[in-house]
Amino acid sequence: MTWLAVGILLIAVSGVPGLFTRRDAVAGERSAVLLLLTGCVSSTVGVILTLHTGAGRIDLAWALPAGRLVLQLDAISAAFILPLLLVVVAGSIYGLGYWSQRQHPESGRGLRLFYGLISGAMLLLLCARNSLLFLIAWETMALAGFFLITTEDRLPEVRRAGYIYLIATHTGTLALIGLFALLGGDVWPTAGSLGVAGSSALFLLGLFGFGMKAGLMPLHIWLPGAHAAAPSHASALLSGVMIKTGIYGLVRLTSFFAEIPPWWGWTLLLLGVISGILGVALALAQHDIKRLLAYHSVENIGIIAMGLGLALLGRSYGQPALVLLGLASCLLHVANHGLFKSLLFLSAGSVIHSVGSRDFSQFGGLLKSQRWTGLLFLGGAVAICGLPPFNGFISEWLLYLGGFQILQKSGSALYPALLLLPALALIGGLALACFVKVFGVTFLGSPRSAAASQAHEAPRRMLLPMALLLVACVWIGLVPTSLRPLLEAAVADWTGSSLTLPALAGSLAPLGWISLAGWVLIALLLLFGLWLRRCSTASPHNVETWGCGYRFPAPRMQYTASSFADSLVQLFRFGLWTDRHGGKVGGLFPPATQFSSHTPDAVLERLLAPAFAGLAWLFCWVRKLIQNGFCALYLLYIAVTLIVLLTLFAR
Amino acid sequence: MVARLLLQLFILLLFAPLPLGVINKTKALFAGRNGPPLLQPYYDLLRLWRKGFVFSRTTTWVFLAGPVVGLAVPLLAVQLIPFGGLSAPVSFEGDLILFVYLFALSRFFTAVAALDTGSSFEGMGAVREVTFSCLAEPTIFFALLVLARGADGLSLGALLGPHLAGQWQGEGGAALGLILVCLFVVLLVENSRIPFDDPNTHLELTMVHEVMVLDHSGPAFGMILYGAAMKLMVLSALLVRIALPLQTGSLILDLVLFLCGLFVLAVLIGVVESTMARLRLPRVPQVLVGTTLLSIFALVLVLR
Repeated sequence: MTWLAVGILLIAVSGVPGLFTRRDAVAGERSAVLLLLTGCVSSTVGVILTLHTGAGRIDLAWALPAGRLVLQLDAISAAFILPLLLVVVAGSIYGLGYWSQRQHPESGRGLRLFYGLISGAMLLLLCARNSLLFLIAWETMALAGFFLITTEDRLPEVRRAGYIYLIATHTGTLALIGLFALLGGDVWPTAGSLGVAGSSALFLLGLFGFGMKAGLMPLHIWLPGAHAAAPSHASALLSGVMIKTGIYGLVRLTSFFAEIPPWWGWTLLLLGVISGILGVALALAQHDIKRLLAYHSVENIGIIAMGLGLALLGRSYGQPALVLLGLASCLLHVANHGLFKSLLFLSAGSVIHSVGSRDFSQFGGLLKSQRWTGLLFLGGAVAICGLPPFNGFISEWLLYLGGFQILQKSGSALYPALLLLPALALIGGLALACFVKVFGVTFLGSPRSAAASQAHEAPRRMLLPMALLLVACVWIGLVPTSLRPLLEAAVADWTGSSLTLPALAGSLAPLGWISLAGWVLIALLLLFGLWLRRCSTASPHNVETWGCGYRFPAPRMQYTASSFADSLVQLFRFGLWTDRHGGKVGGLFPPATQFSSHTPDAVLERLLAPAFAGLAWLFCWVRKLIQNGFCALYLLYIAVTLIVLLTLFAR
Repeated sequence: MVARLLLQLFILLLFAPLPLGVINKTKALFAGRNGPPLLQPYYDLLRLWRKGFVFSRTTTWVFLAGPVVGLAVPLLAVQLIPFGGLSAPVSFEGDLILFVYLFALSRFFTAVAALDTGSSFEGMGAVREVTFSCLAEPTIFFALLVLARGADGLSLGALLGPHLAGQWQGEGGAALGLILVCLFVVLLVENSRIPFDDPNTHLELTMVHEVMVLDHSGPAFGMILYGAAMKLMVLSALLVRIALPLQTGSLILDLVLFLCGLFVLAVLIGVVESTMARLRLPRVPQVLVGTTLLSIFALVLVLR
């Protein structure tokens, strides 16, 4: 545990030495990365040692009013911490190339300071066992996140994204303060020890506060803008890891209770399905690669919430198999999404770095100039679609298996939960369509802009961290059984002693077959691929693409991101409200015409922004009415207040 | 077990192009023509095998990944599914999900390979393919739920076990009939047959699957055709097993029975193709949503 504490400290202060160096000196960034790496190694050692010996707890008295300083590491925390460390390491090395001090002397030091701070704060909150300590870490994380998002604060849209993020995160924190006030400020209860009384208020407050951070569907408003605005490796950290602290909060909170009311599970399942389907539908409609990836985070949080909802339902209805598979899929998908989403953000960053735009209409044909980035992005895309043999498939497979368990064993009360299977299948199909679009429009075809045709490959210090993440994705996909002990321990920690669990080994035995299938698949692909490559090298590679009779094809004729997604976006128009302008062609000799479509965030732009604008107008109106400049009227207010108070409190 | 694996592969590799021949022959009969010989798909494959490649200068290695994945996936998926009375060589809890997702993998790479050419026609095909398939996906899972309800396991082998014969006679018969219809529609969508796609059309604007592979040539195109034929056979095996859950115990008899079932299904596809017109593209999603609703009815029937 000491190793971990030292690691957290090192990571949190990693950016501080850089503040004392010159603005354009490389010493600052190198020292920050070095400290961060040392801290991560130390934390990893701490986590592994604690998991082996089992006893990881620091318990000290402190001067603050509530409780004691308690840090504890159990399997649930470890399941969140391990992917976090990997993403932090990858992101910090990537940052050397992506946001080097030399190119960004004005913001590089601040970025590194808050990058370390947010990482340390997240580690601290994942270990904290005291409400006050948790809230301190939570706020540190939220504020450091704000400074990461507003790194480029000279741009108005970045300032706006940061502002919305700040409002959202503090609304969430408000709910959390209420939650912890009700829970009591002392050291947290052990798993399965709280009674039912008053638990619903706790759950609702937690769902709002943690759901806001996680980005569950109606509460996701801050997420797309913030993730698009931050530098790519910061987006990777925010999207891959920070939003998972909301999930961690929900997992931890629900573990306290001995009994779980059924509506908790149903609520989470419903929110998960909504986030999943609408998240991916909104992603399809985006033109900005980072906004698109951010909406995929909403989708994946939905899948994670489905797993947690299934586990909660299992607790309520006494179905250990559901608890096991649901929570295992939830935790595994947390790790998986952390890995492939940061991989995607980093490789998208490498594209943005060389093309200088986030807009799909500027990309195209990048696989020729960015071979490795393209390959890494493809790996991440296959993984996020949940396709074998990558890691996304394993966690979705667990969730599917959990869903099918409902059919096998239980009574009719759980049957509506069966709808999660077709919903998950639909989400998978839509995600596939979306990533075919992203990969195809970005890396394939011919370049759509001059910048794309002159793109260059990213330097090695950006490619290596991405390769590290891809290796982790492949590893979980091909050797999933290696994570079994951790998942089993985490599920046991979550349920406490309230439920006897079947051995995960039985349910997870088919994973051996799946990994075998993965190996065979890779072997077959390599075999066929190498053979095809060998016999096709001598063939002509210099003809024009067949244009179906048209002789002068141009890059502009290719399918664009919008036209690719259009048919699916049309199907989901009830939830998207896409703005479409122009595109009408009339007459025998139609003049040049323009078409544009834009899909703003439905909740933020259509609901909250008008609602708050209306409220602001209302309050302005009321203020004008009351504060109208007549001195006599002000005296009247005082008199009326006095009379009211006198009548109320007269004895 | 290795013998069963090899036998399964052998049956697949040998008979996969045959249903296509049967379909074409049926269509020819309906049109009053003689039609190409029954073995024409085999001749086509042989001819493509001997041809050379031509590559557009826009393409990269991804262009070749499409045919490679398209060929490898059915070879793997076939091991999970029973060929009529011949039980599946590999069977484990949850293999049905692997089965569905393997085909999704092949769809991903076929669509990506189409986009690699930078042609607007092939982009169009890719869009249509991923759109229609993602709408067919929920139907597949509702059908699997219906099948899993009566089975005592979650492997395709258990789902398509001999208990289906009893289920047809019992209360589950109606639900099985419904999902048979749904899966037939999915089969037509997934294998790009009329009324969703016309494999023999001459106009690129109206194609779905064929336009995606427009730029492929030589053995790579052969791999695509062979892979598509195998996909048709593997998915047909699913339907044949549900409709014909007989198990004689004799390997030869089971195999003959399965091939007969396959033949009947191919004739049925031919009849549908000859008697129906291609649907207008905006209608296709509506049909698929309708099929999903039908499969929900089937699920309600078995859960009741």
